[in-house]
Amino acid sequence: MSEDDKCLKRTPLYDIHIENGGKMVDFGGWELPIQYSGIINEHKTVREAAGLFDVSHMGEILVYGEQALDLLQELVTNDVSLVEINQVQYTPMCNDDGGIIDDLIIYRLAADKFMLVVNAANTEKDYNRVCEVSRDFPGAEISNVSWDTALIAIQGPLACKILSRECDQDIEAIKYFRFLPEVTVCGEQALVSRTGYTGEDGFEIYCSRESAPIIWKGLAKQGAEYNLVPAGLGARDTLRFEACLPLYGNELDEDTNPLEAGLTPFVKLYKPSFRGKENLTRVKHEGLKRRLVGLEVTGRGIPRHGYPVLHGSVVVGKITSGTYAPTLDKNLGLAYVAVDCSEPGTNLFIDIRRRKVEARVVSIPFYKRRR
Amino acid sequence: MNPSELKYTETHEWLNLEGNKCTVGITDHAQEQLGDIVFVELPEEGAELSKGDVLGNIESVKSVSEVYTPVSGRVIEVNEKLLDNPELVNQDPFGEGWIAKLELTDTDSLGELLTAEEYRSKL
Repeated sequence: MSEDDKCLKRTPLYDIHIENGGKMVDFGGWELPIQYSGIINEHKTVREAAGLFDVSHMGEILVYGEQALDLLQELVTNDVSLVEINQVQYTPMCNDDGGIIDDLIIYRLAADKFMLVVNAANTEKDYNRVCEVSRDFPGAEISNVSWDTALIAIQGPLACKILSRECDQDIEAIKYFRFLPEVTVCGEQALVSRTGYTGEDGFEIYCSRESAPIIWKGLAKQGAEYNLVPAGLGARDTLRFEACLPLYGNELDEDTNPLEAGLTPFVKLYKPSFRGKENLTRVKHEGLKRRLVGLEVTGRGIPRHGYPVLHGSVVVGKITSGTYAPTLDKNLGLAYVAVDCSEPGTNLFIDIRRRKVEARVVSIPFYKRRR
Repeated sequence: MNPSELKYTETHEWLNLEGNKCTVGITDHAQEQLGDIVFVELPEEGAELSKGDVLGNIESVKSVSEVYTPVSGRVIEVNEKLLDNPELVNQDPFGEGWIAKLELTDTDSLGELLTAEEYRSKL
């Protein structure tokens, strides 16, 4: 570890993380806890009870005005016109070649007002992209409210029970990918959505920087009897990995298109126009060259980001994410492989530090919760 | 915390010398830094290693770390329990979580190893 004098950004919950024994790391310029009690314990507790996550580093960009919807329809691949007020939509945002600039969720706050929630490391890039595309939409205003917006996620089968005790409204009635814009949580104003990045039931709570510590402490106290634990970025990653939710920088980047990433349901080629449409239409007609698949290691080893995938002795792909999956007790990987090697059941090898380890293509997601 | 009868390296291995044989593992500090250990790659028995060579790999949920042999020697035994129970390295790094036993082929470098006190002062 090297001494680092660069200034890391801190969320309003920094002091609480230190008090809770969080092991802090530099995550894309933010000083955030990678773990508290241990990744595996946190992971399993989220699957069985509930976990509390500080995801205040996520970026929030407001888009509003009479041309807000028109701008978003041009900007992203999904059909934003389908989103109702108080509903959330997941979508890729592509460059003009169809490569993925980011994946994000869009909250429709009003007919002409939206909040885009983007990956922390991409906030600046995304904001610039929205501004660039907005030149053709003078009736749309854009505002980056990332710094002023804190975000706490409570995830797991007991999340609803814990959170509802601290809310003045019936959050249990919020359906998946819907939200309530003005909920009082632990006495503080917040937007509460039934969303998350763990594969479990759960909620995300958007609030001011000032409110965040009050809400965190209130939920932690309320959740104590339900075994609620603070969970770090490590568990967030293993949880999203088991559920096969893509991570920007691993499964997604500007050299990857959403069709090969398995995001076809979020690409609406019927829209008259959107950035990247021409190339994505061509890709669809010509057929995919590679596809994101799940790999289960049948030999001994753990796949890691960047490891080559082979069919026989021929390299046919590359691991995007891989780890030991705590809930499934298996060593698993996600990889892009040539389409003719992408059928579940196909036997492949992973080059693990110059050792050829046997693996098999399996269907994804690896983990799906019982509803 | 760090047993005084053991020798240490700056790369957080420990070594227990018994005649011309030794047992090697990683320190409590190292396992603590790694977090939950989920996989251990062991050397092959009979392998001839020089001081500083990779003795094995220890993988936590997030990362892969190499373990280096603190001495030159031949691998005479590996801790096969770690294949199915890698968490032993977390639970008992100086005991059940040992990694390999070596027969020394060169004793020249032993003097460069750290005492428990010297190791502690470098943490």
